[in-house]
Amino acid sequence: MRVLVTGASGLLGGATAAAIVAAGNETVTFQRRPSGVVGVSDLLGSVTDPADVARAVRGADAVVHLAAKVSLAGDPAEFEAVNVGGTRALLDAARAAGVGRFVFVSSPSVAHTGGSIAGDDALPADPFRTRGDYARSKAIAERLALAADVAGFAVVVVRPHLVWGPGDTQLVGRIVERARAGRLPLLGHGAALIDTTYVDNAASAIAAALERAVEVHGNSYVVTNGEPRPVADILAGICLASGVAPPAWRVPAGLARAAGGLIEAVWRVRPGRDEPPMTRFLAEQLSTSHWFDQRRTRADLRWSPAVSIDEGLRRLAESAG
Amino acid sequence: MTVRTTASLPPRGLPGLDPRFSRLLQVPSSDGSGQAHTWHHLDNLEALEAQGVEPVGTILCVHGNPTWSYLWRSLLSRAADDAAAGRPAWRVIAVDQLEMGFSERTGTARTLATRVADLGDFTRALGLAGSVITLGHDWGGVVSLGWAVDHPDDLAGIALLNTAIHQDPTERIPAPLRLALRRQVLERATVQTPAFLEITLSLAHPPLDPATKDAYRAPYLGAHRRGGIGGFVADIPVDASHESHTELERIAAALRTTSVPTLMLWGPRDPIFGDRYLDDLLERMPHADVHRFEGAGHLIAEDVDYAAAVLGWLAAAPGAPTGPPADPDIFADYQPLWHYLEEFHNSPLPAIVEMAPPGSSEPRTVSWSLLARRVDEIAAGLRVIGVRHGDRVSLLVPPGADLTALLYACVRIGAVVVVADAGLGLRGLTRAVRGARPDVIIGQPKGLAAAAALGWPGRRISTARLPESARRTLGVVHAIADLVDLGAAELAAGSALPVPPRPGDTAAVLFTSGSTGPAKGVVYTHAQLSAIRFALAGQYGVGPGTGLVAGFAPFALLGPALGTRSATPDMDVTQPATLTATAVADAVAAVDGTVVFLSPAAIANVVATSSALSVSDRAALFGVRTFLSAGAPVSERLLSAASELMPGATAHTPYGMTEGLLMTDITLDGIRAAAMDAAASSDARGGVCVGLPTATTTVRISALDADGVASGEPLATAHVTGEIVVSAPHVKDHYDRLWITDSASRAGTGAGRWHRTGDVGHLDAAGRLWVEGRLPHIISSPHGIITPVGPEQRIESVDSVARAAVVGVGPAGIQQVVAIVETVPPAKRVSVADPALAARLRSAAAMPIAGVLVVPRLPTDIRHNSKIDRTALAAWATGVLAGGRMTRP
Repeated sequence: MRVLVTGASGLLGGATAAAIVAAGNETVTFQRRPSGVVGVSDLLGSVTDPADVARAVRGADAVVHLAAKVSLAGDPAEFEAVNVGGTRALLDAARAAGVGRFVFVSSPSVAHTGGSIAGDDALPADPFRTRGDYARSKAIAERLALAADVAGFAVVVVRPHLVWGPGDTQLVGRIVERARAGRLPLLGHGAALIDTTYVDNAASAIAAALERAVEVHGNSYVVTNGEPRPVADILAGICLASGVAPPAWRVPAGLARAAGGLIEAVWRVRPGRDEPPMTRFLAEQLSTSHWFDQRRTRADLRWSPAVSIDEGLRRLAESAG
Repeated sequence: MTVRTTASLPPRGLPGLDPRFSRLLQVPSSDGSGQAHTWHHLDNLEALEAQGVEPVGTILCVHGNPTWSYLWRSLLSRAADDAAAGRPAWRVIAVDQLEMGFSERTGTARTLATRVADLGDFTRALGLAGSVITLGHDWGGVVSLGWAVDHPDDLAGIALLNTAIHQDPTERIPAPLRLALRRQVLERATVQTPAFLEITLSLAHPPLDPATKDAYRAPYLGAHRRGGIGGFVADIPVDASHESHTELERIAAALRTTSVPTLMLWGPRDPIFGDRYLDDLLERMPHADVHRFEGAGHLIAEDVDYAAAVLGWLAAAPGAPTGPPADPDIFADYQPLWHYLEEFHNSPLPAIVEMAPPGSSEPRTVSWSLLARRVDEIAAGLRVIGVRHGDRVSLLVPPGADLTALLYACVRIGAVVVVADAGLGLRGLTRAVRGARPDVIIGQPKGLAAAAALGWPGRRISTARLPESARRTLGVVHAIADLVDLGAAELAAGSALPVPPRPGDTAAVLFTSGSTGPAKGVVYTHAQLSAIRFALAGQYGVGPGTGLVAGFAPFALLGPALGTRSATPDMDVTQPATLTATAVADAVAAVDGTVVFLSPAAIANVVATSSALSVSDRAALFGVRTFLSAGAPVSERLLSAASELMPGATAHTPYGMTEGLLMTDITLDGIRAAAMDAAASSDARGGVCVGLPTATTTVRISALDADGVASGEPLATAHVTGEIVVSAPHVKDHYDRLWITDSASRAGTGAGRWHRTGDVGHLDAAGRLWVEGRLPHIISSPHGIITPVGPEQRIESVDSVARAAVVGVGPAGIQQVVAIVETVPPAKRVSVADPALAARLRSAAAMPIAGVLVVPRLPTDIRHNSKIDRTALAAWATGVLAGGRMTRP
């Protein structure tokens, strides 16, 4: 199968492209910068450029769409353009080009309305109740993708939760950088149970969704390691593996949420170069439980995670040297 | 009075009510008026016919005041669902009585006799015949009973929710009704305003949601619709002059001759139809199956799943003898509890030695002859004051010679003793005493003060003679000394005690500790109590001549039944942890004791205080041959420490429960051997080894299915984890007024008298039983079913862990395992375990552990200070791990 992978320069995109290559597929990657993935042909371009997109899907049997603007803050219009506009363009172009399978990589935040999640399966994406511009734009995009699902164009949505691993600048990078600067507090008591996903597991799940797309099309699947841990354990594990001291000071969860909301509002008026140190969304993410029912995901995708959290932390420590 | 308004169908969209069940029926009146009235009623017959099933019978439901057929909506739906699922199909008909609900407002006042006749007219018009179960609530209960006694040929059974059939002329009617009945209040409260309706709707526990309340209000919007509510209240026959009194008496009297299967479902939190009305009904229909739903009230149909209860009862073939068949072996060995009191009635030898009797610093010795005489005197005295065979006597007397004498006196005359542990706390005790409805309460002035203040039922007898004023305040009629005097005079006058009760008669109601849910009354017959005596005597070699030290209250009571010379050591019996090593040694010396019975908390303190033992104390303890710790499992460490104090003794710890006091037993050596066997095997389940079944006990395991339900047929197969199911001559007869709990405790057990313990465990190849936890505490994880005790033991093997509890959080099937630990030294506050400790625990547990929480102290039950309520702990952990507040558990 000839597969187009978008967003392969990122941590998950690269790992996914590698997994798809390893499964014996002819793989083309499409993003603004070279992917660095061995065994693929890179096609440089932007999902917001219709000409680039049309060129990218030509001849593809399947599309795996990861390219997105992922950030805790930023210009709402940009989220809209990249995450919604880009997905719409790719869907349209793919269908026009006769692509048969489309795997959309989404996020559990598309169904997160702020409360704690304990053992939910994938709930419907709800752009009206999500928190933050990123989640909202991904929710709209996911609904577009599922709406495009028809016989002959099998759409599957995969929502990996909190992906981490060696070389990760998003989660691990932020945690380590803040911890090193002494700017990483524990929100609340740190007991909230959080599911995370080691990057190789997320990649293999996406590859499995591609494989099973015809059988399971029209569905959304949350993907995690299936090993929820208290958020304090996760932060401590990542810090210790990366050679920095785990967070030692606490901010009450309610205060952090309020402060997050305030800082977010200020940042919107006076955007700095960095992301805001705290957002309401992040505060909620880190102080309420988020763990998921993985039974349907594992059964439908015929997939299970190969790398445990402890093994993942070992690999993280190894890469940190 | 209300003007005539015809019947109508209820509005659509009432929650839970399937509109297809609603029907209107023209019913010609049999009163000779030539009139016909239109009834609204619910009927699920069409739904059954649509499924092509033939009903096995009909449940005829009659609502009370001021509800309507809506009350029965869930029964109609569930019966139809059951039929669809292939279970027996029950047609359910629920009427709106005339003037009520959506039935016709006839413009005529209706008396009870009219209403009973109305219902007969209705069933005639419907052509209803054969195999009818009546089901009524509130005053609808009376009307349904009226129909029942008038249609004996069609009647197959009776079911009732809170109702009353008789008003004792000596007791006042309930206050709320008294108020409503006052002429100037009645019309305003019931008709002109919806006050009576609203008050009734506020009686649900938990409160009704607004939509359901609106549904109950729907037929009563406006005073012109509420005439029937006032009419019903006015028709309450408060005294013999009331026009409905004769009809009520007629029905009440006829019930005594009814023998059809009967079910009573009762909500005790009912300000109107309290437990005393249940008592009255049971007195008329003693064969009835009863379930009291603790916490439910007048609107029991809204408070609990009565529909499942009714259909479950019908499915269990009511009327079939529920009691176990007489076991010939037991009766061959039957020996009444007072056997040795008769055999030794002339003996001057000591029967009881109290090391610290109340109000004295010197030990008190009671000889067999004195004890036997005192028992006879109290027995005769109880007869004099009117206590009869089958009457219930609640003993709120602390363990000691008084309690012992009272207990044997009661059982001798066939009175049923009700024993609840003070460890239940005042609330638990109140619930227990109210539920058991004793005819007599015997207690200390302090206990009687509580009885008076909390309105416990029963005549009150005091342990001490009280001044007249105190007697009046506490409502005390006699003191025990009065009973002794009365009885002695009676016996001196040549009266004999009555014929003793038969082995199958009820002897006692013992309340469970409440450590595993609300305390339940466990009913024992004389034969079963005799079997307990037999089991203890056989297992521990105690009998006439044995010197027994009872540091655990229940055993002190059994001493005379065993024929032993028993000593109770100096301790606060309500606090086993007050027992010292010296006190045990003194008691051993006093009766030349060879057998010592203790509780786990007592053993811990005995070991802790052993340094105070003198040389002679140690010498006395050297003579002990057997000691046992009963009540909850004790650790090998504690048992061996106690063994060092009694080097000549074999240490035992039994496994049992209030429902079966001695099921298995294991010695200290047995525990060690089992631990070695477990270490050598690959079985990682772990658990507490409680040894082999006692001589007359059979233990089976009902295997757990993938959902954690103990659905397996009880088998003796080794290495299968499931619910522990036991049978023995000394297993309970039944639960008191808890029909559903009782039938669940025997479900799927086949012939004989079995008890599902609610404990989970397995048998090993040697036939030993291992307890792995409680059924409600199993964890249904993505990796399968996990029982808590094994991982807890492995976690407790980590040095810095003092005690651990393992619970599941999240939905069944994907529950995450959470370990909650007490550390050494104890933590000052609740927190997530630090990464190093969490890692050690995870590796020790040998299973995926999502989170580890450290707490200063794990909450345990008062009675044994050892049973951890993992259900409550799981609820707490669920909140904390969801990101809720970090409170203490």
